[in-house]
Order: sequence, then C-alpha cells, then structure tokens
Amino acid sequence: MTIEVRIPTILRQYTAGAKSVVGAGDTLSELFGDLEARHPGLADRLVENGMLRRFVNVYVNDEDVRFLGGLDTPLTDGDQVTVLPAVAGG
Amino acid sequence: MLKIDRSVYAAIIAHAGSDHPDEACGVVAGPVGSDRPVRLIPMTNAERSPTFYRFDSIEQLKVWREMDDRDEEPVVIYHSHTSTEAYPSRTDIEYASEPNAHYVLVSTRDPDQVEFRSFRIVDGLVTEEDVEITEHPRPGRG
Repeated sequence: MTIEVRIPTILRQYTAGAKSVVGAGDTLSELFGDLEARHPGLADRLVENGMLRRFVNVYVNDEDVRFLGGLDTPLTDGDQVTVLPAVAGG
Repeated sequence: MLKIDRSVYAAIIAHAGSDHPDEACGVVAGPVGSDRPVRLIPMTNAERSPTFYRFDSIEQLKVWREMDDRDEEPVVIYHSHTSTEAYPSRTDIEYASEPNAHYVLVSTRDPDQVEFRSFRIVDGLVTEEDVEITEHPRPGRG
C-alpha cells in the first residue's frame, strides 16, 4: 500500500525538505503513525490529544477529513493526502 | 518591506470595506521567490464573523494547488479587523504559518481613515515592516 502525502512548507523541516512523502495505513491515524517512524516530530504537528490539530487542514482526495471521519478516515492504496496550514485568526 | 502596487492595495481595502462588518480575508500570490504580490485572490471567510476569519478549507485547497501549478506562493495573506487596530491578534499569531508571507492587516473601524499595515510573523514573533505603494507595475513574467 502506498499513499502519497503532500507536506506544506512549514512542516518540511521534518521531511528533509521533501514536498511529498509516502506512507501506509488503513486509516489516517495509522498513516500518521507510519510517517512518524521515518519523520520524527511530524505527527506531533498534526495530532494533539488524539485529535487533528486545529492549525492544520488535512485532505484525502480533495475532501477535508473534518467532513469525513477525522483521524479515523479510512484509506486505500493510491489515495492522496494533502496537508495545508489552516489560515485563520481573529 | 512590503512593496505593493496601488491597484492591489486599493483592491484589498475595497474588499475589506465591502465585507464590513464581517472580517474579510484573502491572498495575493506572486512568483515563487519574487516577493512580488501580483495576483489578488479574495477568499471566503468561512466564519462570516466580525471577530474571526478562516479560509474555507476546500476553496483554500483549490487556490493553493493553483498557485503550485503556476509556480506561485502566497506573498501576502491579508485580513481585516472591523473594530480594532490593524495589528495581529493573539489568534492571528497562533495561526501564522507562512514564514515567508507578509501578513497584511486592514482596519475598517473608521471608514474615513484606512489603516493598512504589514507584518512578518515567525515563530510567534511579530515584526512590523514598512509598506511602499508602487505606481507603475512591472509587467508580469508569467
């Protein structure tokens, strides 16, 4: 199983500058665990207390996972995951 | 320093004015590494609020991908404050995640006196910078 994950500029310090990395997992949560093994520190920037951090948007095949199943969103081979910083403020 | 063409500057202020009393937000894209904000992209404030803004996530994905395809980056990320000064709020600083971007704040609290200010926000540190409004846009390269 191979899932491509696009990484935003702000998180590329964890991927040695790579714009995209590949990983595996049956859910988004598993995928992030798999990425963490090779890119230590990355998962902490995406997940906090078992929830997706509010500072990031994560998409599976162009759908915002907040409207899918969050970290439990199921993944299949060939899915494309994109991470973007959320742009928000007061 | 932020150098911005008068037409783009005026369009940001017009957007902030038309969305008042809600906060307006958007991006000005430019060629990667150029530091030139040339392509204005007004965004939907998904919060539709006078005190918060958030880019609509699906619209943001589309816009970010388009910038990628055009070898552009977000040179300016702007939003308005509707009743406070044009200075980054604590939430603005928490969310700031583009270390190369100019964060532009417009205040619409006084319709007769526009405030337009620009900041760098890196690792929670806010640095105000000068804004130079240019009158003669150089032709775009792409």
